[in-house]
Amino acid sequence: MRQRLVLIGNGMAGVACVDQILKHGAPFDVTIFGDETHVNYNRIMLSSVLAGEKEFDDIVLNDIDWYRKHGIKARLGVRIEAIDREARTVAGSDGSITPYDKLIFATGSNAFVPPIEGSDKNGVFVWRTLDDTRQLVGMSGPGIKAAVIGGGLLGLEAARGLQVRGCDVTVIHIAGHLMERQLDPTGGSYLTQKMNGLGVKVLTGKSTKAVLGNGHVEGLRFADGSEIDANLVVIAAGIRPNSGLARAAGLEVNRGIVVSDHMETSDPNIYAVGECTEHRGQLFGLVAPLFDQGKVLAAAITGRPGEGFQASAPAAKLKIMGVDVFSAGDLDESKPGTESVRFEDPSLGIYKKLVLRENRLVGVVLVGDASDDHRYVNWIRTKEDLTKQRRHLLTPPPAADAGFDVAQMADSETVCGCLGVTKGAIIEAIHQHGISTLGQLKDRTRASTGCGTCAQVCQSILKAVSPEFEEEKAKVMCDCVRFNQEQVREMIRTQRLKSVQEVLDIYGNGIGCEICKPAISYMVDVAWCGDHDEDRSARYINDRVHANIQKDGTFSVVPRMRGGVTTPSELRRIADVADKYKVPMVKVTGSQRLDLLGVRKEDLPKIWEELGMPSGQAYTKGLRMVKTCVGSEFCRFGTQDAIKTGVELETRLENLFSPHKTKLAVVGCPRNCAEATVKDIGLIGQDGSWQVVVGGAAGKGVRKADLLVTVATSEEAIEAAEIFFQYYRENASYLERTYDFLERLGIEKVRRETIYAADDVRAGLIDRLRKSKARSYDAWLEGRQPRTTQFVQISPIETWSSV
Amino acid sequence: MNKPDWIRIAPVTDIPVREGRAVKIGDLEVAIFNLGSDFVAIENRCPHKGGPLADGIVSTLGDSVTVTCPLHNWRVCIDTGAVRKPSAQNACVRTFAVRIKDGLVMISKAPAAAEQEAAA
Repeated sequence: MRQRLVLIGNGMAGVACVDQILKHGAPFDVTIFGDETHVNYNRIMLSSVLAGEKEFDDIVLNDIDWYRKHGIKARLGVRIEAIDREARTVAGSDGSITPYDKLIFATGSNAFVPPIEGSDKNGVFVWRTLDDTRQLVGMSGPGIKAAVIGGGLLGLEAARGLQVRGCDVTVIHIAGHLMERQLDPTGGSYLTQKMNGLGVKVLTGKSTKAVLGNGHVEGLRFADGSEIDANLVVIAAGIRPNSGLARAAGLEVNRGIVVSDHMETSDPNIYAVGECTEHRGQLFGLVAPLFDQGKVLAAAITGRPGEGFQASAPAAKLKIMGVDVFSAGDLDESKPGTESVRFEDPSLGIYKKLVLRENRLVGVVLVGDASDDHRYVNWIRTKEDLTKQRRHLLTPPPAADAGFDVAQMADSETVCGCLGVTKGAIIEAIHQHGISTLGQLKDRTRASTGCGTCAQVCQSILKAVSPEFEEEKAKVMCDCVRFNQEQVREMIRTQRLKSVQEVLDIYGNGIGCEICKPAISYMVDVAWCGDHDEDRSARYINDRVHANIQKDGTFSVVPRMRGGVTTPSELRRIADVADKYKVPMVKVTGSQRLDLLGVRKEDLPKIWEELGMPSGQAYTKGLRMVKTCVGSEFCRFGTQDAIKTGVELETRLENLFSPHKTKLAVVGCPRNCAEATVKDIGLIGQDGSWQVVVGGAAGKGVRKADLLVTVATSEEAIEAAEIFFQYYRENASYLERTYDFLERLGIEKVRRETIYAADDVRAGLIDRLRKSKARSYDAWLEGRQPRTTQFVQISPIETWSSV
Repeated sequence: MNKPDWIRIAPVTDIPVREGRAVKIGDLEVAIFNLGSDFVAIENRCPHKGGPLADGIVSTLGDSVTVTCPLHNWRVCIDTGAVRKPSAQNACVRTFAVRIKDGLVMISKAPAAAEQEAAA
């Protein structure tokens, strides 16, 4: 007979548990109550939503079809208010009474709000749910002074998101150093330095006493009497198990709902899982053990209780504003027989500490480089005597290959904490489904589809286990130059090579081909900021005659119309030229410009001269155009002057080359009429600020651009675009569009190395861009002083009487 | 084999090193390339879709020096006129013997190989 199973709480732990129960094929009619109105989403990724990297759809774990497919009744937006354990029913906030045979509590946790006077003022938030996140997004922006109370993981994630949204952020922490539960004071100070470097202020040892302001928050006052200004406050001071309902129902509750090793509560028909539980006095805040709990619960409720739940040593691997932080085990150095081994490199911002007790590893802290974490977790788990390894505690033995690490991992060890995938599950999937790529592995197991930090480990497991696995080799450029682009760039710089031919003579076969020559042409140009030896024989025909070759060998001519703005006299000249040279087709392009198609090579210089307009570079790998919408000058809805900003941006970047074509757009309001969200670089005007987005595409594929930064003024927006453009010019592979570049590097890395890079790094990018710009010129001016027979078809001195 | 009938085309300086230029001789279009050490001439019409080979980039494929058609990257051997890429193609373009005299490029209707034989 089918049993009625009711789950209270539609979050990650509860739904994952139900998913496990369904996998056991148990005959349950499942009803899930969730007080949020959304389907089950990845709460860990809310920080990415706050930082504008992901939309809600991207973080959904189980869409509504999943509920339907499994016959699960989802009651979203309904809060359970009371439980009648005798009648075995739950009462919902909608007045419904639902009977159960088995009940699972997965009520999660609530934000802990410390007693602070005035914390009910407007502009003070906790951050726990998707709706909280959306409110924060709406409140944040340039000019907003945001204060985050709490310097733990959640607080730092909030700080990162608010900073990306343009806020001026201060983190206030009550303890002496950040993340005091995971880090020692030195590790905390390294993290503080990193945060300061990224522009987030950190105040430690500060206890917040009052929220100041009249109705709306205006500042904070601390126990020492000092104050700061703030018009947005996020309280991230920790979480508390949401156990009130269980307590009211008479279940045994300490801080959390007390559960046995098999996740049973004090009522045999009621179980609990997730952050609301307390197991052997321990509470839970990280997701990995909660998935383990779910599996144990699923086994128990379906009548196959196994070994039961064992909380592993707490370990946390995190990426905070792009900084790797890892902590595991016991960091208490005061116990007898304890010693610590440290490594510090202040310039690199790397700090590592191992806590040893009687030659066995008990705890570890890593900041800035957490790549060896599995080694340490394994040592803690196995309690191995490390006497023989003392010389290699902080650096792996030199002979170790990439498979060494993963070979040491136990099959039961969780690789992907977000989705709860173990090493064993990955290996099983690889064997069962013949998986040989990371993409297939993601598709099959969902490993590394959450925060993505475990992708490298997944890759290593694949490499070690899959017979077909082939590592993505750094490809050589072509048969002529048997080096990859990275190496060639390096050679150009270090050997001070200024011409394509030098590169081909020294590192290639002396002749080259259509693959390597344009690439090297681009590389020497960028490496020397335009101060290279230009060799037209290495350029594609388009870049020899500054027009786009068509299928019949004629060319197309697209004059520059900055921001898509033209004048009556330009239009007249275009019309006159089209008439005079019998141009077969005049076409409005997708880039807000006009294209004269079917022009003979010999006519190009005359046409350019008569047009009296600069080259639009529509034929080359370079800055194409900046599309604009009408903007605030004329549009009823415009909030920013899109045309003026777009024209200025185009003027600053025109005539520069890039790894592939680069298309820009500037829009004056979020209606996005010039489609800035699918451009390589887009500026999106809002009331009082600009969003700068990068890596968008609307070509073979469609990709929504990533938010790079939010800034207050159009000058700052233009500068952010310039910095990104130069970064792309210097770091992307030739023929790599910005959207592939962003996919390869990830927006976090790009942000860290562009707008949040150190001042001198940013200044260097701008400086090199300006140098290149100063040496650039309108290519169509070559029409006046052409190179040797640049545009001519040669007339022979003699001819045959018959051919 | 035809006896070469040489005609004068243009000063060697009209064709920049490692580039090609198109010459129209009656109804025929010829692409002449300056390879630095010598000059070669082939029909200026890719066997694929008629692309202007004179506008292509001089390239290599194995031991052959080729020109890459600017339209779809077919590679044509500039010594033999044979299409080298895609490799399955059996197509060929006409070649012309070239000689330099008094600073002028001269070509002949005879294929390039004939001139090499004559020189040998």
